[in-house]
Formats: sequence, C-alpha cells, structure tokens
Amino acid sequence: MSARENILGKLRASLQGATPIVDNFDEALVTAPWSYPAEERIGRLRQLMETVHTEVHLSTAAQWPTLLAQLLRDRNLDSLLIAPRTPYGQQLQSAWEGDTQAPQTKAYDRPIEAWKSELFDDTPASLTGTLGAIAATGSLILWPTADEPRLMSLVPPVHFALLKASEIHSNFYEVMQRFNWADGMPTNALLVSGPSKTADIEQVLAYGAHGPKDLVVLILEDA
Amino acid sequence: MNSQTRIPALEIPTTFRERAHTALGDNQLRGNFRTAMDSLMTKRALAFADADEREELRVLGNAIRARALSKLPELLETLERNLTRQGIQVHWAETTEQANEIVLGIVAKHEARQVIKGKSMVSEEMEMNDVLAAKGIECLEADMGEFIVQLDHEKPSHIIMPAIHKNAGQVASLFENKLGVEYTRDVDELIQIGRRVLRQKFFEADIGVSGVNFAIAETGTLLLVENEGNGRMVTSVPPVHIAVTGIEKVVENLRDVVPLLSLLTRSALGIPITTYVNMISSPRKAHELDGPREVHLVLLDNGRSQAFADSELRQTLNCIRCGACMNHCPVYTRVGGHTYGQVYPGPIGKIITPHMVGLAAVPDHPSASSLCGACGEVCPVKIPIPALLRRLREENVKPPSDTPLLRGQGSKYSRKERLAWNAWARLNSSPTLYRAFLKMATRLRKLTPANIGPWTQNHSAPQPAPRSLHELAAEHLAKGKTTP
Repeated sequence: MSARENILGKLRASLQGATPIVDNFDEALVTAPWSYPAEERIGRLRQLMETVHTEVHLSTAAQWPTLLAQLLRDRNLDSLLIAPRTPYGQQLQSAWEGDTQAPQTKAYDRPIEAWKSELFDDTPASLTGTLGAIAATGSLILWPTADEPRLMSLVPPVHFALLKASEIHSNFYEVMQRFNWADGMPTNALLVSGPSKTADIEQVLAYGAHGPKDLVVLILEDA
Repeated sequence: MNSQTRIPALEIPTTFRERAHTALGDNQLRGNFRTAMDSLMTKRALAFADADEREELRVLGNAIRARALSKLPELLETLERNLTRQGIQVHWAETTEQANEIVLGIVAKHEARQVIKGKSMVSEEMEMNDVLAAKGIECLEADMGEFIVQLDHEKPSHIIMPAIHKNAGQVASLFENKLGVEYTRDVDELIQIGRRVLRQKFFEADIGVSGVNFAIAETGTLLLVENEGNGRMVTSVPPVHIAVTGIEKVVENLRDVVPLLSLLTRSALGIPITTYVNMISSPRKAHELDGPREVHLVLLDNGRSQAFADSELRQTLNCIRCGACMNHCPVYTRVGGHTYGQVYPGPIGKIITPHMVGLAAVPDHPSASSLCGACGEVCPVKIPIPALLRRLREENVKPPSDTPLLRGQGSKYSRKERLAWNAWARLNSSPTLYRAFLKMATRLRKLTPANIGPWTQNHSAPQPAPRSLHELAAEHLAKGKTTP
C-alpha cells in the first residue's frame, strides 16, 4: 500500500457514517463591511497603502510617462526595467523616445537564465501594470504573464506600478467573483500591499526585507 | 545586560518542568516575551475593532474549516487532480522520514547543492535543515527570524515570530560573531545585513522550499502569505520549487480563503493583509520567462490522521497557524516557546504535538495550562482548545489499552492515583460514608499532616474547621425553630 492509499484510507475510515457539512458561505460577511462607493476607493486605498510606506501619486493616462521620468530622476535612478510588449510598455517607450533627459529603459524580453545576475545586481527599478486594486485591504492585484514576468515586481529594489482608478474594487471577494477567478488561475497571482517588510527583530518594523524597498503607485485618475 | 542570555536548543534540560523553571528565572527572556505578546494582543484587538464582525467571521471561519475536514479525502483527491493537470507534482508522506526521502529524491535528481527555504513549520516537523545538512546539502532559512534562529543553532520559539525571544542586542552580537559584520543594534541595518546575505543565496540556490497557508482544491492553487518577500523569492527564483504542507491545509473553494485570510492576518499580526499574498497554480509555462520549471507538493500526515479519527480531537486540524493562542496564553508568555521542546509551542502545540510524537513523549503538555480559556476565545477558527486540553488530560490517565485511540495515551496512568480517585468518588456519592468522613475529619483535625506533597510547597497546609458546614447549618436551623 502506498502512503497515499494509507492516508486516504485512514481518513475515509474515520468519516464512516458522517455526512459532509453543507456549504453555507454567507458572502455578506466578507462584502458588506468592506464595500465603498467608487469615489471613496482611491482615498481608502491610498490611506492604507501609505500607512505601510507605499508612495502614491495621482496622474493621468497621458501624463504618467512624464511623471515617472521625473520620479526616477528625483531618486537618481538611471535605468528602468520594463515589459516592452505590454500596451503601457509601448506607450512609455514612444513617450520617452528621443528624450535625452529620459532614463534608460531595459526590456525583460528573454528568459531569466540569460540575464539573472544583471537582474539581481544591476536593475535598480522596474515598472509593471496591475489588474486593479482592492480598497478594503489596500492591495494591488498582479497577474504576471509571459509579457510581464513575475520577478519584475520582486527583485528590483524599487517597484513602480500603474493602476487605473476605474479598476479599484471594494474587496477581494468581489474581485474573485467578477473576474471568475475560480474558472482558472494563472501560473502566479499576487496581491501586493506595500513594499517588503519585516518585524522579526523585536517587532520593530523595517522595510526592504527581501523584496522591493520602495513601492510607488501611479494612479491614473482618468483611466 | 548579558547578550548571551538565552536557552540554547542544544543544552535544554529534558523535561517541560525543568525547562519552565529555567525560563522563569531568565528575566531577559521573560521581558522579551512580555513586550512582544502585549504588543501583538493590542494589535489584534485594534484590527478587530467591531466585535460583532469579528464573531460572525470566526463562525464562518470555523464552518469553512469544518466543512473542508468533513470531506477531506475527496478534497485532497480534487486538489491532487487539479495540481497534476496543471503540471505540479504531488507526493504523499505518512511520516516525516518519508517526506524527507521525497525531498532528498528531488534534490538528488537535480544534483542540487544549495536549498533556500521560506518559512515553513512543516519543514520544521521534518527537521529538513538537519536532514539535508547530513547529506552535505546546504539548507538555509530565508525568513529573517528563521535565519537568525538557524544562525544561532536554535529552534523557533514562536510560529509567526521565530526569533521573538531575542532582542536587537542579541541579534547584533550574533551577526557580529557569525557574519563578521560590525556590531550594530539598529534594526534597519541588521535587516539590510540579512537582506544582502540572503539575496546572494536566492540567486544561487538550486531549489526553493516553502510551506503552504491554504491549498485550494477547486482551482489547484497553493496560497502563501508573507511580508518579507522571501516566500516569493523561494517560489519564483530557483529552477525547482518544493512546497511542503500538512494534509489538513486544504480548503474546498477559492472564495473560502477570503474570510480565512482576513482572520489569519488580523489574528496573527493585527494587519488587514500581509504585504504579499502569493497564489501558485502551475510551474513556468512555455513562453513564460521566469518561475520554477518544476513545482512539487509534499502532503504530510505525521499524526494528523490520528487527530482526525476522533470527531472532537479533529477540531485540532481547523488550525490556520496564526499564533494568536500563544500570544494570549499566560503560560506561554512566561515560559517562552523553547520550554515546550517541540516544533509547535503554546496552546496549539499542546493539542497538536501529542498526535505527532505521542502523548508519552510530551506527558506534561496537556497539564501545562491554567485553563483560563483565552486561547479558545481568540482562536479565529474557534478550536475549543481548553476542552481539547481536558480531553487529552483524560486520555493521558486512562489505563493502558491494547488498541489505544492515541499513541502514547495513558502515559500518566497510575494505579494508586486511580484507586484514590475511585475511593474519593465512592466517599462523595454515599451519604453514610460522607457523614462519617466529615465527622472524622473535623474531630481529628489536629492530625492533619503538615506536609501534603506539592500542595504545601506553595500553600499552607489546610486545617479542617472544628465543625462541618453541614453540622453548623443544621444547628442554626434548629435554633431558628425554637426562637420564632
């Protein structure tokens, strides 16, 4: 008998004669206390994310590349990792094209094995999109793809994220239901609610544990 | 201040009582725990500001866990089917030895030399670090707290905050001695030192190991919560990812994790959500540019099926490992995590460990409680911990049986004690015997021994009254009748 058969056999024997408990999930418990009108969501998200040291800027669908260039210059960051095949990646490239003042862009366009040490040692910042956000907990939703790989939001010390204001939802339950997450999950789905942090020494909160030390969110108010 | 003050795991005395005695005399340790637990209790209370919301959510959390356990075999099969379809390899292990063999098999197949591990209590059960080290394979902890503990050859003293028994000064000395860095008590600087060391290890590692917070059967998804990013690193950077978890960690539906996540992070740390919620449903797909090419899940029993066999004890497996029970436990706060001498300390440790190692190996666990009830009151999934402690006490004094329900049960059984209690029961249920006893105890009160075992270590010896309450009451009533 295999370990699998032994374990399942023991569990089945223990349940003999018992009936499975009925699913009485009351969705109101996870939605009613956590619902916000659209106009309040930016404020709530911003407040929660800033509490955990996220930097939040309001911008527009047309203006953000200019703002981003300025933010990079302010931080003395001379290079930005981008996902070149995404719509926003293309917008950024054409906006910065020919601008000698603009920071360098670096494309994540080949397998990690081909440039792992460069990613770890020589990539100070990255830009990713988001699938939206959750106002209840102050969380960005990220579904990395082949065009926008998962290490982009993890390895570079500064992570810039674009968020469309219209895609800020009230709570996690609503997001799951509206986009039918249960029908199929991607390789990796993430909720990101601030820069990396730890309180493992004396419960003193310190930022920049293993992931990004800085998370900068650009909210596009008209998108 | 003596920066070396600690209870080293390798030198701990052998019994719970001895360890507790040592810990109680260690002011540094007691201060570290008191401060941390007070702060965690306050944070939790603030995070659950609305008591009605909290209580309703706890009921839902309990129902979700109970439902999952009520169809556990089916859910495990569904989970396996979905994970396998999505390319994740599922392994089953009845014992920690089997689980380690599976891990060693994967390590050998990839000729791995370096393993980097995110925080995982199941890997602690397996003592994976030592098992791999014995084969010449480095297995490094990447969670800051676990890294500190491993560096000092200790074990975690709290399931969420592994290094909570140390203060910044102790960590500073440790880093100075072991990493050769300049002494600093600045927590930010200490964390940056850890970051530098471990980033190189994430980069180099051949295999990443993680635990699992919730395994979702419906979608075949492994969900991990964390704040540091080490969990994402170990599951995304190395070419191979091995997740290890207990068979009870499965939930039925994706939506079930919404209330459980909220209960978990608010109960554990008083925060609305952790920095990262990491949901993994497959290895790297064709065309994807990063992520592990191979993902394995090891499902470990290690005594869980024993708890599962009894419908009352089964509730132990509701646990979502938030640590709130230890944060609120007056015993844990005073003796610290190492006193328990096992992977899981505190109230949850006292009810889960007997199933993993047998009651005989932890005979004092069920009794090391004042039964104040705090653990049961704060448990986010409503495990009746005090009731389960009483149940284990009962199992622990049962006469030996050829077919024991629990491994090592009856380890505190004593014929003499059983006879004494039987006599006591007889005495109290027979009016004639009881009256005779009362008469003797009051009239011969001068003969009460001054030394009554452990009782008189901390209390003065009891001295019966000259007359029993029963006699006094009867006298009083008789008087009342004669003087209307």
